[in-house]
Amino acid sequence: MSAMAEKLYRRRRLKNGIALALASAATLFGLFWLVWILWTTLINGVGALKPELFYQMTPPPGSDGGLANAFFGSVLMSLLAIALGTPVGILAGTFLAEYARRSLLGEAIRFVNDILLSAPSIVLGLFVYTLVVKQMGHFSGLAGAITLALIVLPVVVRTTDEMLKLVPSQMREAALSLGVPQWKVTVQVLYRSALPGIVTGVLLALARISGETAPLLFTALNNQFWSVDMGGPMASVPVVVFQYAMSPYDSWHSLAWAGAFMVTVFVLCISLIARAIIARRKVAND
Amino acid sequence: MSTDQALPAGALGAPADAVARRADADRRADRFFRYLVTGAGLFVLAALTGAALSMLWGGRLAFSTFGFEFLTTTDWDAVGKKFGALVPIYGTLVTALIAMLIAVPVSFGIALFLTEVAPPWLRTPVASAIELLAGIPSIIYGMWGLFVFVPVMSTTVIPFLTEHLGPLPIFGPLFQGPPLGIGMLTAGIVLAIMVIPFISSVMREVFLTVPSRLKESAYALGSTTWEVAWNVVLPYTRSAVIGGIFLGLGRALGETMAVTFVLGNAHHLTASLLMPGNSIAATIANEFSEADSEIYLSSLIALGFLLFIVTFIVLAIAKLMLMRLNRNEGNR
Amino acid sequence: MTNLNLAVAASLNVTTPSDQTTSAAKITARNLDFYYDGFHALKNIRMDIPEKRVTAIIGPSGCGKSTLLRIFNRIYSIYPKLEASGEVLLDGENILDPRYPLNRLRSKVGMVFQKPVPFPMSIYDNIAYGIKHYERLSRADMDVRVEQALRQAAIWDEAKDKLKGSALGLSGGQQQRLCIARAIALRPEVILFDEPTSALDPIATGKIEQLVEELKKDFTIAIVTHNMQQAARCSDYTAFMYLGELIEFGETETMFTRPSKQQTEDYITGRFG
Repeated sequence: MSAMAEKLYRRRRLKNGIALALASAATLFGLFWLVWILWTTLINGVGALKPELFYQMTPPPGSDGGLANAFFGSVLMSLLAIALGTPVGILAGTFLAEYARRSLLGEAIRFVNDILLSAPSIVLGLFVYTLVVKQMGHFSGLAGAITLALIVLPVVVRTTDEMLKLVPSQMREAALSLGVPQWKVTVQVLYRSALPGIVTGVLLALARISGETAPLLFTALNNQFWSVDMGGPMASVPVVVFQYAMSPYDSWHSLAWAGAFMVTVFVLCISLIARAIIARRKVAND
Repeated sequence: MSTDQALPAGALGAPADAVARRADADRRADRFFRYLVTGAGLFVLAALTGAALSMLWGGRLAFSTFGFEFLTTTDWDAVGKKFGALVPIYGTLVTALIAMLIAVPVSFGIALFLTEVAPPWLRTPVASAIELLAGIPSIIYGMWGLFVFVPVMSTTVIPFLTEHLGPLPIFGPLFQGPPLGIGMLTAGIVLAIMVIPFISSVMREVFLTVPSRLKESAYALGSTTWEVAWNVVLPYTRSAVIGGIFLGLGRALGETMAVTFVLGNAHHLTASLLMPGNSIAATIANEFSEADSEIYLSSLIALGFLLFIVTFIVLAIAKLMLMRLNRNEGNR
Repeated sequence: MTNLNLAVAASLNVTTPSDQTTSAAKITARNLDFYYDGFHALKNIRMDIPEKRVTAIIGPSGCGKSTLLRIFNRIYSIYPKLEASGEVLLDGENILDPRYPLNRLRSKVGMVFQKPVPFPMSIYDNIAYGIKHYERLSRADMDVRVEQALRQAAIWDEAKDKLKGSALGLSGGQQQRLCIARAIALRPEVILFDEPTSALDPIATGKIEQLVEELKKDFTIAIVTHNMQQAARCSDYTAFMYLGELIEFGETETMFTRPSKQQTEDYITGRFG
């Protein structure tokens, strides 16, 4: 090798080394924030955990209390949102995968659905505000649940569509060749085959809505007291966390951390379960 | 084999007319199911269109009262009932820009690390960890930002920046101001942390679609890992990489809670990135419950409409760019 | 007669030609054309599938042999942009007529596919699934039907102890026999096999071929295969297709020993395809 080629080669190697070092540094950079944020939440959250959280109501400014009404509101609205969003999402996903796979309408809906999937949730909150809250004349847990359902919807549509597409076409043909009508084949054979994937999608949607704050601000609003009335304003953990964290009171800050910690733990557990289902499915398919 | 058990062919248990009746019922049920799923599909379309139209309707008062000035003026006066959206629009764009400046190179680095650099046993756990970051609710980012990151910014980072970058010509004014901690720079950094997992996971996935024979032939010519990444992988996946970046941009533009905590809710235009500002989403979240007049509420909904249009365009571009890679794959 | 032809003829299991001539046509295709989104995939096919015989359809890939088979139970109609014209008569009735009830057709014509695709349910439910759609049976009657189907498909002995277990736990060959049992359970008159052994190992393939041999006592069978030895081993009649046309149709023994067309001879002797 000539001296010049040697020099060039060394420069290329150097450049490569620097680039790869930077790539590794970028990864460390990403992990650094993850660890920092989780650590902060853990330390402050565990410090603020106490049994009163689960049976006392959210307190007035400056005093002590719990988050019982907020937990209840979150659970109620999330469950209703899943109950509303999942069936519609599964049906719409079925339309995309089974009835409109290559049609223009199907492509348009898939496109719109992908945009809904990443659209700012605050926009959906405003939508439900004008559609439901304004018509009813007041904020309500129902409006909150509808907003969350609109967030659930595109997630379930997307996973149902993808999971049904993974079902081999011979499965459809085999079922149809028995003379069984298409709707029965879809419901009894294809859904069963796609079930783990659809469940994963619903879990991911649940993880997403359990931390949603912005759209609830103008739909469910908040409620300092215990309420089971979906027709009236309803508390939720994220909204309470937002309100309390922005306040100047230490006791409220502590409650906010406890709420934030509970939400984070819940969300991470759900995501881990969803991942485990996907991983098991992959193993089963191999 | 026990063919002695075999039955005569054609001995279907049900009589023929029953089968025919069954066929009619099946056809009706099939048609009903088709209508049902089509309806659900159209509902998805309706949800998006409905969202756009309802906000246009809700914001009509603001648009008709202020006209084009709604976009170009900075007044945000609830008492005088005069509203201009320039400050939140500016804040949204600046914070998103800061976020992208940080997140794009970092995400590229992470994707490169996870596809070409890291030993295989390390790839999945690190990728999962980064994706966990995407699952953390945005309100957690906001609280962490407000209680942990803002103090760090105000005591260390901002004094350092004002001291060293403040005196510079041209760039200087960006970094002048009191060390409040909250402000557009802080919000931009928090946004960057939030969108890194989105962008890096898209990049990682598209990098994995590069056929290994393409990379192998470059390696066979003596290319270094970096040269393969820069000259083979990146050009091959360019449109999808841009799609991933736009996906992150869409998130950054519309993110509400994390920004609301650390932006400061101030309605005046400043050059400095260290001063409090506002964004469209933060303005809506902060002020919606205080909106006491019709025109105030309408202005906030009009802001929502603007945000919707901008994110729609950005996300549509993202989707089209990502689809281009899929189509290329299909052609191979 | 060449040595090769002698060897193939020796492996044939067909009965004497005179016996076969007594068999009537179960399915008759007349002037059958088929289009894939404008592409002319089948050209003016005329052919008879004799009753209670095994008819093999062979030809190089892309010749339209699977397409032809998939017309016989109209399974193609689940996809858009596919169109068949002409007539296909099943017992004298045109099944391409839209008024011919689809579930009647499919209860008479069963199908077994390339890859075994058991439904994601138990072995028992796989068999019972199709029956339930046509008949309301008591638990005991259903048990009998399931057992009969499994016995007829020669999978009873392997499956009887795990009827409630998932069908996905069976081996590939067992899954394929389960799929055959599933088709038989409806008591069809015709069974279509679309390359039923292409995903199986030689031993499993042998079992399926043996089964086909048994099944022809009760059913009319059409089998698409790319494996000429398989066609020679287990069919009574063979149809050779090329580029969407039916080149030659006849008794398997004749086809493999004295093909009347040059193209058939070239394909059978391995000169192309």
